Amino acid sequence: MSNVPDDLKYTDSHEWLRLEQDGAITVGVTDYAQESLGDLVFVEMPQVGRKLKAGEACAVVESVKAASDTYAPVAGEVVDTNSRLTDEPELINRSPYDEGWLMRIQPDDADALESLLDPEDYENILAEAQ
Amino acid sequence: MGQHTPLYGKHCEAGARIVDFAGWDMPIQYGSQIEEHRAVRRDAGMFDVSHMAIVEITGARAQECLRHLLANDVAKLKKPGKALYTCLLNEQGGVLDDLIVYYLSEGHYRTVVNAATRDKDLNWIKIQGERFRVQIEYRDDLAMLAVQGPRAREKVLRVLPSDLAVAARALAPFTGLECAGVFVSRTGYTGEDGYEIMLPADATPALWEGLCEQGIQPCGLGARDTLRLEAGMNLYGQDMDETVTPLESGLAWTVAWEPTERKFIGRAALQAQRSAGMQRQLIGLVLEARGVIRAHQVVRNDEGLTGTVTSGSFAPTLGKSIGLARVPVGFGRRCEVQIRDHFLPAQVIDPPFVRRGRILV
Repeated sequence: MSNVPDDLKYTDSHEWLRLEQDGAITVGVTDYAQESLGDLVFVEMPQVGRKLKAGEACAVVESVKAASDTYAPVAGEVVDTNSRLTDEPELINRSPYDEGWLMRIQPDDADALESLLDPEDYENILAEAQ
Repeated sequence: MGQHTPLYGKHCEAGARIVDFAGWDMPIQYGSQIEEHRAVRRDAGMFDVSHMAIVEITGARAQECLRHLLANDVAKLKKPGKALYTCLLNEQGGVLDDLIVYYLSEGHYRTVVNAATRDKDLNWIKIQGERFRVQIEYRDDLAMLAVQGPRAREKVLRVLPSDLAVAARALAPFTGLECAGVFVSRTGYTGEDGYEIMLPADATPALWEGLCEQGIQPCGLGARDTLRLEAGMNLYGQDMDETVTPLESGLAWTVAWEPTERKFIGRAALQAQRSAGMQRQLIGLVLEARGVIRAHQVVRNDEGLTGTVTSGSFAPTLGKSIGLARVPVGFGRRCEVQIRDHFLPAQVIDPPFVRRGRILV
C-alpha cells in the first residue's frame, strides 16, 4: 500500500502539496505516482517566475517507461524548483515527500488549498484505482 | 483477464507489476526496471517469454515450404539445432513478423514468433504452406524462459539435469539442442550471452525456482525492452510492420538473395525496391542533451530532412537516451529530436549501442 502522509493535501492527478510557513506551497508527486511510473530518469521543470493556472501542466517527469505531466494544483507563481532532480531524478523514487519535491509555488489565493483533497479522500481514490 | 503463462503465479508471488501484452498478463517489472536491466548486463537475469508462440513445421517438404515463406534461407541450416533469424514477408515485401527458426531434424523445423502476431502468422503459414503438405503445430504445451547475462550460462548449467547440462555447455552461439523434452538454445534478445529454454509448461515453475536459487534476477518486459533497444534489435510492431521492408528496417543482412532461383515471398518487391534505390533507412540515435527520446517524435537535420522515432528510451547502460528512427537515406550523422517544444541535438549511429556489456557508441 502506498504511503499517504496525513499532514499533506493531494490532487486526483497524484500531486501532493504542503503549505510552508512563508505562505508558499511545496509540490511533488505522490508515492503512488512514483511507484506507478517506475524508475525516474528525467524531470523537466518550469522556469522560476512562471505564472501557473490551476490545473495547468507545469512539469514533466519521465521514467524509463513513459513521460508523465505534472499539473499545477493551484494558481500561482513558481518561486523555486528542486535543482537536485537534474542530476538525481531518482530522488523522486527514493523520497517522494521530502528530497524528491518538485517546486514551490506562491499561490495567488491562500485559501485555494482548501478545495484540494485531504489524505482520507486521496486514499479513497487510490483504493478505487486498485 | 488475459492469458496466463505457467509462471503467472510466480510473478504475482514476487510482487511483479502485471500489464497486458498482446492479450497476456505479463510482468513489466518486479522492482526497479533499471536494476533488472543492470543484472542482465553485469550478471544474469531471466525472463518469462512463454507468451511467444512456438510453431513447428514438419513434413517431407518442410524445407521447401520455409524457403518459400522466409526471406532468409533455411538451406543455410545444415546441422540439427542451428538457428536463423529471419523476416516473414508479404508479397509487397512488408514485414509480417520477425522470427527465429531452428532446424531440428530432416523435415522438422521449430519457429518462435511474436505473441501479437501469432494468429496472423499461423493463418499465413497455413495458407502459404498448403501446397507443400506440411503439418503446422502451435506448441502451446511448451513454455519458454530466456536467461541472459555474462554469468547466465554457468548459472543455468548448475540447474539443468546433468546430461542436458553437459550438452548445453558445448553449444555454439545461435544453436540449440533437445534432451528429454527440454530444448536449450544459445540465443536471446538482449545483446548478452545466455540461453533460451523451451520446456513442458508443467515443468516450468520448478525450473524458475531453481534459477531463482542461483541468484538469477527475474526481469520484466520493461527491462527486456531497454536491453533489446541498447542491443539495436528491432521490436515488431514498433520499429517495423507490414508497411516497411527489411531493407528499410536495418535488416538487409537477413535477406538471402543467393541462390537467385529461390523465389521467396516478397523477393520481387524487395528487388524492385533495391534497384529503384532505397528511400528510407533505420538509424540509431544518441541524445546529447538531457531528456528522453520516445517513439513517434520527429527528427530533423540541418538540410530540413525529417524522420520519425520508432523506439526511444532511457538507456541504463549508457546513462542517456537512445532511439531508433526511420529517416531518408543520406540523413547524415547529426540531427535534432523534437521533444515537446525543444529541439535537442542527437548523434546518428549505426546500431547496436551495447554488445556483451560494452558500450559501442
